[in-house]
Amino acid sequence: MNNAAKADKLVSMQEAITTYVRDDCSVCIEGFTGFISFAAGHEIIRQRRRNLTLIRMTPDLIYDQMIAAGTARKLMFSYMGNPGVGSLYCIRRAVEKAVPCPLELEEYSHYGLVGRYAAGASRLPFFALRSYVGSDMLAANPLIKLIDDPYGTGKIAVVPPLNPDVAILHAQRADRQGNTQLWGLLGMQKEVAFAAKHVIVVVEEVVDESIIRADPNRTLIPGLIVDALVHEPYGAHPSYVQGYYDRDNESYLAWDKLSQDHAAVVAWLAEWVYGLENHAAYVRKVGQEHFVKLKPDPLLAPSVDYGRYR
Amino acid sequence: MSEPTYTDSEIMIAVAARVLEGARTVFVGVGLPNIACNLARYTVAPDLELIYESGVYGARPERLPLSIGDPTLVSGATSVVSMADLFGLYLQRGLVEVALLGGAQIDRYGNLNSTVIGDYAKPKTRLPGSGGACEIATNAQRTFMIMRLKRRAFVEKLDFLTSPGHLTGGDSRARLGLPGGGPELVITDKATLNFANPNREMQLSALYPGVTVKDVQAEVGWPLRLAETIQETTAPTTEELRLIREELDPHAMYR
Repeated sequence: MNNAAKADKLVSMQEAITTYVRDDCSVCIEGFTGFISFAAGHEIIRQRRRNLTLIRMTPDLIYDQMIAAGTARKLMFSYMGNPGVGSLYCIRRAVEKAVPCPLELEEYSHYGLVGRYAAGASRLPFFALRSYVGSDMLAANPLIKLIDDPYGTGKIAVVPPLNPDVAILHAQRADRQGNTQLWGLLGMQKEVAFAAKHVIVVVEEVVDESIIRADPNRTLIPGLIVDALVHEPYGAHPSYVQGYYDRDNESYLAWDKLSQDHAAVVAWLAEWVYGLENHAAYVRKVGQEHFVKLKPDPLLAPSVDYGRYR
Repeated sequence: MSEPTYTDSEIMIAVAARVLEGARTVFVGVGLPNIACNLARYTVAPDLELIYESGVYGARPERLPLSIGDPTLVSGATSVVSMADLFGLYLQRGLVEVALLGGAQIDRYGNLNSTVIGDYAKPKTRLPGSGGACEIATNAQRTFMIMRLKRRAFVEKLDFLTSPGHLTGGDSRARLGLPGGGPELVITDKATLNFANPNREMQLSALYPGVTVKDVQAEVGWPLRLAETIQETTAPTTEELRLIREELDPHAMYR
């Protein structure tokens, strides 16, 4: 066993971001609608990173905020909206008016970007998928290509591998070596973790290794590929963590109004990001009683018998 | 007894639910399609399994989901899988019988634009983009569109073709090897339109109560073809309206 893989990975968010997120690098904060590490995004803003390439299937509020703060020069995505609400105004201002700085877009469909992660994860030269034939997306993004199937069934679309410099993934729990368990929407987190050059995992709870070993089918990301583990309760707020807290839809609706005005966004960032030392301060500012309201009723899965084989 | 009164959204939901009769699997989007699919489960398609691109098969949501990634879709579902599996093993494998799609623009062959209005590089309006729509339109066995009938949406030429319908008509879709059958029906707030002709061109197939052919043509940006017989759609029933208003959308978010 490699020593690095067995090491205690637990660090503060500040240290994880300082170490792994550098100016000009590509950053992928993933999670579909839930498990979005707002805590990491806010720390990147606080540390004033610049010229990042931000990668996410659905940029969501976190990239809207990071782009408004001037951290990024490029965005790779497959659906650009405030899910269930409307538009992402900061991203539109950057694209349409270069406010606060210009933003280059690289666009895919969902399966196309999932395919890029999957090819990156298994270190293959491309991923083949049945999509894009007949679509103008081929012309809009020259990295999406049609090739002849070598086995003679005709044209097939391919996308190249994607290996982000850093992936940041939020989950329910991990042990101190970074062995990470996640349940709920599995999204693309496993592919992203294996694709990335460095992985930061952020969790609601740090648990003993025995908890992980008691249910190995639930381990999505092995500590082997995790560089840093951050313990950040409510670190995905205002998105959600299955079983821990619901999506704070009021926040998503409020952002829809607030984000239409750049000055209001600048004031929001000053109050909620730059004005706070870390995510724990954010949680205190939101207030514990607010998180109590977001806690769902329990719905426990019965345990299963793995059997003991000796 | 007088006819029950209903909104444009309610008749769209009721019609979309009725056409799911007998279907086994449906790929669901948020909003009206979501309510329609759940209404179908209560009425014409009790065995209908709801599939969401977020990775959920067989969802049984206890509340109206606010997005396709809502945690209510996970709890109580038959299976929750990665998006790679959802798109590869369910959609591309051919297990999605019906998909409901929408967009900002549709043309006469049922091709959809959800990417930009205006030029791609310098858009007048930047729309969300494909999401899963391009591969859904490619692979679903049957595609139904839900869109309000508006002249700015039913256009002669799309500003951008995001998701393939019948492409340039006729057998152009099959010739390019697209696995799914393509668009079958467009459900609007005034009428339904189908593609049941050799050219696979959109044609008016049924009018909602009180709507005329002229009303429909006025909102379509090309000379609209008419089906040989144009049906009259039945208004939403008292029971359909009760289910929509009391069970599925009690807070009237989508009416």
